[in-house]
Formats: sequence, structure tokens, C-alpha cells
Amino acid sequence: MAEIALPAAGPVAAPITPAGAIARRLFSLVLIHGILIAGAIFMLLPFVWMLITSIKPPSEIFNAEISLWPKQFYGVENYSFALSKAPLLRFALNGVILCVGILVVQLLVAIPCAYALAKLRFPGRDALFVLVLLGLCIPVQVPAMPLYIALAELGLLNTYFSMMVPFFLSVFAIFLFRQFFRSFPDDIIHAARLDGMSEFEIVWRIVTPSAWPAIAAFSVFSAVAHWNDLYWPLIVISDAKLAPPPLGMMFFADAETGSNYGALTAAATILTAPLVIAFLIARRRFIDGITMTGVK
Amino acid sequence: MAAVDLASIAKSFGATKVLGGVDLDIADGEFLTLVGPSGCGKSTLIRIIAGLESQDSGSVAIGGKRVDHLRAHERRVAMVFQSYALYPHMSVRNNIALPLTMSRLSLWQRLPLLRLLSGQRRQVMRGIEADVGAVAAQLQLEHLLDRKPAQLSGGQRQRVALGRAMVRSPDVFLMDEPLSNLDAKLRVHMRTELAELHKRLGATFIYVTHDQVEAMTMSDRVAMMDAGSILQLGTPSQLYEKPASLKVAQFIGSPAINLLPASVANGGRIELFGRPLALAVAEGQGASVTLGIRAEALSLVPGEPGHAGRPWFSARLRRKENLGSEYILHFDLAGRDAQGVTMRASPAVAASLSEAAEFALGFDEAACHVFNAAGDRLEPKAPGAATASVVPLRA
Repeated sequence: MAEIALPAAGPVAAPITPAGAIARRLFSLVLIHGILIAGAIFMLLPFVWMLITSIKPPSEIFNAEISLWPKQFYGVENYSFALSKAPLLRFALNGVILCVGILVVQLLVAIPCAYALAKLRFPGRDALFVLVLLGLCIPVQVPAMPLYIALAELGLLNTYFSMMVPFFLSVFAIFLFRQFFRSFPDDIIHAARLDGMSEFEIVWRIVTPSAWPAIAAFSVFSAVAHWNDLYWPLIVISDAKLAPPPLGMMFFADAETGSNYGALTAAATILTAPLVIAFLIARRRFIDGITMTGVK
Repeated sequence: MAAVDLASIAKSFGATKVLGGVDLDIADGEFLTLVGPSGCGKSTLIRIIAGLESQDSGSVAIGGKRVDHLRAHERRVAMVFQSYALYPHMSVRNNIALPLTMSRLSLWQRLPLLRLLSGQRRQVMRGIEADVGAVAAQLQLEHLLDRKPAQLSGGQRQRVALGRAMVRSPDVFLMDEPLSNLDAKLRVHMRTELAELHKRLGATFIYVTHDQVEAMTMSDRVAMMDAGSILQLGTPSQLYEKPASLKVAQFIGSPAINLLPASVANGGRIELFGRPLALAVAEGQGASVTLGIRAEALSLVPGEPGHAGRPWFSARLRRKENLGSEYILHFDLAGRDAQGVTMRASPAVAASLSEAAEFALGFDEAACHVFNAAGDRLEPKAPGAATASVVPLRA
């Protein structure tokens, strides 16, 4: 028995004292958190700057010295000016209509597609999935021209529909949900078939309720992308009443407010707030969804 | 209630042949177990009966009617899965009620909002509620009806899965290893419950397992499968007492049957370790056969072994396994490494034995199973006149 040496019994370079262990632990904690805090500041600073600018009077905005808090609180004037001079709430409403419309159709299309690709056996399934993956590689700018011409010929420019239609079919959503559904147990689907459910009922009543984390994650991706999209609305919308937030901001900046940064940042704050609030609400689900699909 | 008839069912996945023409007639109200090692095709067969897989050829009939063209839920079968397959987001009540809502409500009565327009819906739902309650009472699930599956223990989930199967009062219950995910104690308990449930319902049960104990304890008949075909079909005692092949003998019984290499001498008489036994088979001289002896058929021969008048061989005790009510003794055969035999012994006998000592193990020829080189069972012939004077020799 004596010949069997335990691996931990070998000589150690330096004995670990309690104080040394705490110091090393503290050092690594400080290092990790230092890096994370630096990254957070880098990403948050523009936001913070926007918020501060939106409550500063014009004289302080153009002041050479950097101050984190205005000497004179000018927020009421900036926000009321922005709200009275531009239909900001209308822009926000347009953004909501656009995002919800796109998201609903994306989910209605992508979830059954993903289920079929993940769980049904039919000839050509793998080839179809390769096509989906290829679809991920095509940027929105590529089909922009034919889409524009088609919408113009149909007389659909300057409608909500024209803003939404290129995004109805999301290959990213199909891919994401397909990966998620693959880990759904086959036995439950078999049980549902034995219980008399049709495939559509299985999709909507059995599989979808289990996919909430993935749906929440995708919803955030989708809403952020289309709330902030300027490119496509700029092409198909010329009517300011239909403008989503970024296009609305552009119209607003074009007018007499061009150099009124206090009012501009106030408008930007109003238009980004819904998204930030929505994300904070869905944050848990969002992170669950990303980690779950990432692992499997 | 219904009989299930399978006629030459074959199935391949790609190039892999899973089932090669299985014929099986299961009587109405029978408890039939498909048993075999993993990958033998038993799960595929039960899925074909359920209608979850389609066979390449052959046909399935339930209650005398062919059901090949019917979808799974039209076959009046219910299935219990190894993983229970409960709907994770639904309460126990809704899990059990789901098969009934699917069959008793029309599509638009099930749709959200639209269903509020239906006047009959409430009445139907009351009927479903009553049926769910009755099943829950039978399975002692009443206090769990509002929980989600994740809040239940393994045994409770198992009972919910059973309830979901029972509530439709199907003609045939299909069970795919339903006890494999339970701990050992609960499994023993559920074995009894399932057997009693079968008696009470009187439905046909087709039960898949890789556990030969489950097969032996619950079934009316057992079909032992291997490599996509049925090796033997019979009652549990037939399989145990007259295994049709070496594979069946090896699979059925715990501890596993002892297999000893033997050869056929002059006149079909079998020789074990060079000593002739009072056992003869219709094989040519020099053929090698395998002798199977169950652990309980062996016994210690006290004193001078030659006087006992029974065949015997000597072995060295390697290890004693105490099971409480009995001991399993593991022996090494003298001069043959790698080959061991096991023997059951009462604690009174086993306690006094010391490990590493040599013993003489005796057995009766009548308890021996003989298999030829291909693994098929050989029926012993009536021993010739010479057998009366068999004198055991030393190994």
C-alpha cells in the first residue's frame, strides 16, 4: 500500500497561507472587475452623455469644459421643445407597429419552419436547411432593389406593409428555433401524436410553450434591429407620419432644430427609452435563450 | 379489448436492418413482454404497433382489423414512455385530460377565444373533468392534479403517464421501458402495481423492457428478441426452464446461467472435462457443445465426491456475495482462468465456507441445458444402457 502515492502529496512551490490566498483572490477579483467596468463605461458613456446633454441649456452644451451635471437644469425646456416640435410619440408608435408587425409574422412563419426542419423527416430536409444557412449570408441590401421596384409597381410605397415585408421571413429565427427545437424530446411529440394532436397543434400547444426563452431572445434581436433600422424606411417612406424613430429623428434634425443639441438628445432619449425598458424586462429570458441555444 | 396480430413486420433505417420479418400474435387481454438487449428492435416494434413508425413491409392488425393505414391516435392504443413524456408546461390535470379534449372537442372548440362561442363545450369539459377525477382517484393522484410535472417525483410522474394512458380506456397499452428511470425500490413496487392494473383493466398490455426480471415477473408470455427477430416466445417459466437457444439462456435468469464447454463422445454421450455424463444428444462424435447449468442447480458435494453418485467438478471459491436471504458464490474453475461459475447457497451453508478453498460442485444431468455450436437447444436422448454405470472421475 505504501507505494501508492497520492498526486496531491507532491512538493508545492510555496505553502498557501490564508492571507496569501485572500490577497490572490482579491487581486484577480479586482483585475476581472476592472476590465468589465472599463468595458461597461466604454459602452454606457454615449448613453450617459446623451442623457446629460438632454438636460443641459445650449450655453453649457457648447462649453469647452466637461461637466457631468448641468449647473442649470434645462430638461423641461428641452423635452417640451422636442415633444412640441416633432411628433415623437407618433414616431415611437410607428416603431411599435413596425416591430410588433414584423415580429408576429416572423414568429408565425419561423416556428413551424423550424419545427419541420428539426423534427419531421422528409426528403430534402437537409438541403433545405443548407439553404436556410445560406440565407443567413445574404445582407438586406442585396434584394433591396427588386423589392423596391416590386413595391413601387404595386403602389405600396409609403405604407407600413412596405416597411415590414422584407423582414417577414427571418432565416436567423428559423436557424435559432431549429437549434432549440432539436433538443425537444421526441417522446413528448410522439405522445402528442398518440393523443390525437395534429402537427400544427403540436407546434403551437406543445413545442412553442417550451421555447419561450428562445422566443424572448429572438424578440429582442428583432425589435432592436427594426426599431433602429434607418436604411429600409429611408428607401420606402417619404411621409413623416409613417416614419419610424430613426427616420423621424432625421426629419426632426433637418428642420430648424438642426443645431439644438439639447432638444435633439431629448428626442433621442424619448425614442430609445421604450427599447431599453423592454430589454430590461425581458433580460432574464434573453440571457437564458442565448445560453441555452449556445450550448446545445 | 383487442388482440394484436403482427405479420412479417420488417423495418430498416437506411442500410441498418432493425426488424427482419417479425410474426407475433398477442391474445386479447394478454400481458406480453418484449425483452432483449438494447438495439434488438423491440422499441421499434412497439412504435410500429403504435403507428409512430411505419414498417417497410408486413402488417399490423388490432382487434382483427388491419390498422396500417390508420394514424397513431386512430388505433385505440395508448403508450407509456420511458421518459414519461409529460407535457412540461401543463398541470397534471391538463396532462391527463388532453387525450380526452382532443377526442371529444372539435377543432374550433379547442381554439383560444373561438371556443367561448360553443355552448356544448362546458358540458363536455365537465364530463372530461369527471373522467380525469376517476383516473386520478385510481392512481392516488388527486392531491397532485394542479402541479406541473417538474414538481413531481419520478414515481409520481410515472403514475401521471399511466393516468394519461388509462383515461382514454384504450384497447391496447404499449409500454416502452416505463420503469427504467425509477430507483430500484420503486421499480419493484411499480411491477406489482402494473400487474394489478393489468388484471383490473383487462386490456392487452405490450411491454418492452431490457430487464429480464420485469419480463419474468409480470408477463403472461415473453417474447425474447435479438437482432430484429424473436428468438423464443413462451411463458416466463418456459423461457427459464427450456431456453430455445444459448442467447435466451444467457439473457434470462439472474445470476446468469453457467456455461461449460463440453464435447460429444461415442454414441452422442456428453463428456464434461473429459468425464462422461448420463446425458446423450443426437450429435456426431467429436462435436463441441455447451452445457448450461443454472446457479441453483449446483450444490456442494460433501466429503469424498466420488461416492455421491452425481457428476461433479472441482472449483475454487473466489468470492461470496451476501444477499441476505441467500449467498451467491463465485467460483473459478481449476486450470481454466477466465471461466467462472456461480452458485446459489443458503446462508447456513455459505457462511462457513472460506474463500480460496477448493470445493466439489455437483449437479443433476436432468437440470442441464445442452446447446450445439450454433447455439440451438439440443434435447437430450434417453441415456443408453451404459449410463447406469457412470463413474465420475477426477478432473
